Amino acid sequence: MAARNVTSGDNHQVANHTMARRMVLASLTRRRSRVLIAVAAVAIGATALGGLATIAADIPRHLSRELREVGANLVVSPAGDQPGLADTTLQQVDQALAGRQVVAQAAFRYQTVRLANQSYLAAGADLNQVQQAKGYWAVQGEWPAGPGQVLLGTDVAAWAGAEVGQNVTVSLPVGQEGAADEAAPQAVYTVSGIVTAGGAEDEMVVLWADDLAALAGPGPWDVAEYSVASESKDLAAIAQAISQAVPQVQAEPVQRLARSEADVLAMLRTLLALVATLVLALTMIGVSTTMVAVVTERRVEIALRKALGADQAVINREFVTEALVLGLVGGLAGVGLGYAFAWGVGQAVFHRSVQMPWWVALATVAVAIAVTRLGVIVPLRRTAQIDPALQLREE
Amino acid sequence: MTNPLNDIVHLDQVTRAYGDLKALDTVSLEVPAGQWLSVVGPSGSGKTTLMNIVGCLDRPTAGRYWLNGTDVTDLNQKALTQVRRNQVGLIFQKFHLIGHLTALENVMVAQYYHSMADAAEALAALERVGLGARAGHLPSQLSGGEQQRVCIARALINRPPLVLADEPTGNLDAANEQIVLEIFDALHAEGTTLIVVTHDAAVAARGDRQVVLGHGRVVDQKVHPRSPAVELAGVAA
Ligand SMILES: Nc1ncnc2c1ncn2[C@@H]1O[C@H](COP(=O)(O)OP(=O)(O)OP(=O)(O)O)[C@@H](O)[C@H]1O
Ligand SMILES: [Mg+2]
Repeated sequence: MAARNVTSGDNHQVANHTMARRMVLASLTRRRSRVLIAVAAVAIGATALGGLATIAADIPRHLSRELREVGANLVVSPAGDQPGLADTTLQQVDQALAGRQVVAQAAFRYQTVRLANQSYLAAGADLNQVQQAKGYWAVQGEWPAGPGQVLLGTDVAAWAGAEVGQNVTVSLPVGQEGAADEAAPQAVYTVSGIVTAGGAEDEMVVLWADDLAALAGPGPWDVAEYSVASESKDLAAIAQAISQAVPQVQAEPVQRLARSEADVLAMLRTLLALVATLVLALTMIGVSTTMVAVVTERRVEIALRKALGADQAVINREFVTEALVLGLVGGLAGVGLGYAFAWGVGQAVFHRSVQMPWWVALATVAVAIAVTRLGVIVPLRRTAQIDPALQLREE
Repeated sequence: MTNPLNDIVHLDQVTRAYGDLKALDTVSLEVPAGQWLSVVGPSGSGKTTLMNIVGCLDRPTAGRYWLNGTDVTDLNQKALTQVRRNQVGLIFQKFHLIGHLTALENVMVAQYYHSMADAAEALAALERVGLGARAGHLPSQLSGGEQQRVCIARALINRPPLVLADEPTGNLDAANEQIVLEIFDALHAEGTTLIVVTHDAAVAARGDRQVVLGHGRVVDQKVHPRSPAVELAGVAA
């Protein structure tokens, strides 16, 4: 009897590729519980990786915004010999900043005032600008909408017993503490809101610059704050450029904040990278363990394939193909779940939605596949150790 | 001793030892092409060990083995796998079908590893064993007799010159045993060499010749009257 005779060539290749695909598909779709465990192992790792990478990639955007909201990163004050900052001087500063992205800016004029027999600092400014620059201020009530309305720092309001909607009388101090106030200029304002800033502003009266000028007479600005969108290392250069271009002023980056932004960022990224590496290592171990269990479970099947004439290279190829499909499916699941995870974190921490850059999604899938491939190295060795004579022996 | 190149299976003083235990002990056995050989013997006498060596799943620890004119004694794993692929069809007592593949796919697996998967040819093989209608079923959806017939179709699909069956009817009822034996009859008529291990005297009697193993040695053998032409060859222990 003649041995089976087959034509070789393209037909042969196509038929066998179809069969290989059919076997992998059958193994994946008809052994669902096992496959689900393996996919889950990969998906968990991919989720962590995709989620953390998304946060790491998206964090600078949020963090810069977050930190900028905490305060300005560039402060302009009068040069040593100057009494203050004139409007024209500030226009020059604006020119020096042309081309930069200034997220917010506000100029302040400070004046000591008396309110309910106590001395406080009053800050006069364009309150629309202040509202933009001090987004982090928690204002109970409303921001002043027009002249005659003021914000009281929370401490001031407490001392004076003032509440939102009440009127307060503010006067300029004259002579000694405790001297009669009647002679001093004074004005009555409506408290539109009480501000908690967690800083010096809690002990201030914040009012429109025009109201302050009406009370205390015209005067220059004392300080101007800018929030410039830029990396901290550029900020020093920008400040220096301003100081040179406008000799009447001295510009300085807000050092502590600017540096901490970079520090926090670097620290967070290192932390995320560490966690991601750890998770990936665990994933690999998980995949490896699962696949070793799969090999043990399918040892008779593998023995049979060997008995039917599959040599180790063929067994390896089938196993790796199955693993790569598992990695792909797990990776895709991880992208979806990782995005959900990052989105959740974004909502909880930054109160904003995050975006997963396309390259993070791509890298997540690629790494999931790579980790799965590495994870099957040990299981593959196990398949090589399977002795068909031993496994197929009837007991 | 006859010329080893004339027999399809030619064992010369083959021993398979597991440590101190000689599962096969200097067995010499010659099987001419086309013969149906029955192997009987008590449990532990070395029948499966013999089949594993003849089927190139295992190697002797001493002695020499020629399969179809080739000395395969010293071949490495890879080469043995190739010999097995091309020369041997294996039928198991426990069928060993792949659970997540259909009957048809189980047959195609053997084609795939041999040369080329061909669904039409695999289906024809299933029809030949009376399972054309069940080709799409998973092993768990088939009876024991049906599973054994799938196993046989798989063993035969590449038309190997040598078919080895270790207790092929051990798990079957009388009706299914009869079906399997009829398939073997047809195979035998076509000239395929068959070696069948069995505990069943009736099954053993269907062969041309019978060898009896005991403690790893050939202790007895006889030629069945149905085929008096077969010469009594090569028994040494
Ligand atoms: N892998 C092994 N390691 C050690 N001893 C083994 C191994 N395989 C088989 N043996 C021993 O070799 C001897 C022959 O075993 P074998 O399976 O060939 O017997 P058998 O004739 O097929 O028995 P049965 O009728 O029960 O199937 C037995 O004593 C068995 O315990
Ligand atoms: Mg046995």
